[in-house]
Amino acid sequence: MSLQLTTYIIVGLTFALYIGIAIWSRAGSTKEFYVAGGGVHPILNGMATGADWMSAASFISMAGLIAFMGYGGAVFLLGWTGGYVLLALLLAPYLRKFGKYTVPEFFKTRYYSDGAAIVAVICLLIASTTYIIGQMTGVGVAFSRFLGVSNNLGVLIGMAIVFVYAVFGGMKGITYTQVAQYCVLILAYTIPAIFISLHLTGNPIPQFGLSSGFQGSDMYLLEKLDHIVKDLGFASYIATPRLSKLNMFVYTLSLMIGTAGLPHVIIRFFTVPKVKDARSSAGWALVFIAILYTTAPSVAAMARLNLHATVNKAVLKGGDVFAPEASIKFEERPKWMQRWEVTGLLKFSDKNGDGRIQYYNDKSKNQEFLAKAEAAGWKGNELYVNNDIMVLANPEIAKLPNWVIGLVAAGGLAAALSTAAGLLLAISSAISHDLLKNMFMKDLSEKGELMAGRIAMVCAIVVAGYLGMNPPDFAAGTVAIAFGLAASSIFPALMMGIFSKTMNRQGAIAGMIAGIGITMLYVFAHKGIFFIKGTEFLGLFGGKQNFFFGIEPNAFGTIGAIVNFIVAFAVKNMTAPVPHDIAEMVESVRYPKGAGAAVADH
Amino acid sequence: MVDKERLEAYWKKNLGLIRNILIIWFIFGYVLTILFVEPLNNIKLGGTPLGFWFAHQGSIYVFVALIFIYAKLIGKIDKEFDVEED
Repeated sequence: MSLQLTTYIIVGLTFALYIGIAIWSRAGSTKEFYVAGGGVHPILNGMATGADWMSAASFISMAGLIAFMGYGGAVFLLGWTGGYVLLALLLAPYLRKFGKYTVPEFFKTRYYSDGAAIVAVICLLIASTTYIIGQMTGVGVAFSRFLGVSNNLGVLIGMAIVFVYAVFGGMKGITYTQVAQYCVLILAYTIPAIFISLHLTGNPIPQFGLSSGFQGSDMYLLEKLDHIVKDLGFASYIATPRLSKLNMFVYTLSLMIGTAGLPHVIIRFFTVPKVKDARSSAGWALVFIAILYTTAPSVAAMARLNLHATVNKAVLKGGDVFAPEASIKFEERPKWMQRWEVTGLLKFSDKNGDGRIQYYNDKSKNQEFLAKAEAAGWKGNELYVNNDIMVLANPEIAKLPNWVIGLVAAGGLAAALSTAAGLLLAISSAISHDLLKNMFMKDLSEKGELMAGRIAMVCAIVVAGYLGMNPPDFAAGTVAIAFGLAASSIFPALMMGIFSKTMNRQGAIAGMIAGIGITMLYVFAHKGIFFIKGTEFLGLFGGKQNFFFGIEPNAFGTIGAIVNFIVAFAVKNMTAPVPHDIAEMVESVRYPKGAGAAVADH
Repeated sequence: MVDKERLEAYWKKNLGLIRNILIIWFIFGYVLTILFVEPLNNIKLGGTPLGFWFAHQGSIYVFVALIFIYAKLIGKIDKEFDVEED
């Protein structure tokens, strides 16, 4: 059977499964629509959270990023897992005890004002929309590559699938679909990794393969890799941080508190039956996430090793990497390279006209290395490889059967679709529940609200689809920024709402505005106002790239969060104290006793 | 007001537990993996420098363990102070 046909069949089967689950678990009430009826088992909820949260970026891009960054890639591995500790200790159980449907509803009650809820809705919409653009672009890219359709048609198919299970099923449909999607994506990720680990190290468990010996040599895999990349003029795989130590620290923290502050993750903990379940469910979510996140560094290291070994034969045999016959002949390059050349994600240009591919770091700062490269007649790096290839082409590089390649396609689509659905639910509940039902149309019936929720979701899908087809050119960098925005606004306000009995309305609102404001200012200064090219205003800050202690814009959420805390406490001390009954309520949130099921604000 | 005192004592104990867990979280998330990664890299675990291993894998296992440890310990404290859910 041809590769294309196999892919169609596997992807088609998984879609049929998702839609079948959606029909089976249709939502009939607002409770089912927003919190899946409130009776989801913590382990299933953990799986759904894992799928919800592991996006196309985690599945497709992360291992590739790590492969080229080496040690510096730890910011993603640590940042996107450590946040669950904060979530489990500081937020999830208390929000579950609080017992509402949505995050803005918490703000409305805890900070006793519509104003706080509106600011929260705006922050939520900014963070979620920024995030969803990246997902829809990912959906388009994945479909067009795997199914051979145009990018726009790919986005349309993706919209239709999400439409079916998110609009009809609401949180209930999404939860059970995401459980299925988790199974698909984790199989798709680990199966190729197991084969590759077995091939390179003889150890079938990729996590252990990373620290194992390299087959057919007396070196360890990582030692070998570190030698190879250094031989070719690249920075050390084991010891090169991302920018600076401070930047790594701040970036990791920003991703961690952003994870704990992203509304589509938080609302998952409203769906479990008990406070106790909210605590353990965060643990289960991290177990399921960790399966992928501990496989990723192995995939990264092995893919990078495979790539170098393919292009330069001397790196494995230990000969002279500069010898002309070490570099692979262009004519003899493997089939998978030819297939990926078509997509433009892998490019070759014969700069020195010798018919061979030289792949090395021509921007190396090592003069001795550059002199050797020049002496060998190398006239610059001749191979361009996009990060995203590393995961997607892995099974082809390892010569795995067609069904594995088809499975990876289905896994990538599951990752993008499940996250898009979770975000759409967060957006639609903010509009139908927090804005309409709780503020502007208080006499809306349950049926009317359910309808409004579905209409809001349709609108959100259309907008997301449009942005997916006409992606603003910042799409690729938006994921980290969405985390920074959530980190600087929602996380601090939630935490102060639970841990400070005296935090008042004015303080919380001022803190959120200051936090998200300064983060957006820093991002816009670097990337343009609303990401429009040419409107950057770095000149205002002396034209300095990363002017605040060398911190990159993606990492700035931490600084935004600190500003949020400082401003909130300063404003609190200058304004009227928090009402007595609110202080009592905060106290009651701290004890698990008496937690009923999640209820709507009536 | 005995009840109130009991609840305050519960909360204090909970905060203490959270603090202790967060200290371990910080050590594995930031100290071993970012701040002092170089000296730690001189120690080898099999063929893997220890600092690199914590940064890429080890700390994630610790994070998972921390959540379940917290859930277990706070569950015990809940019982001790009789604030469990009905």
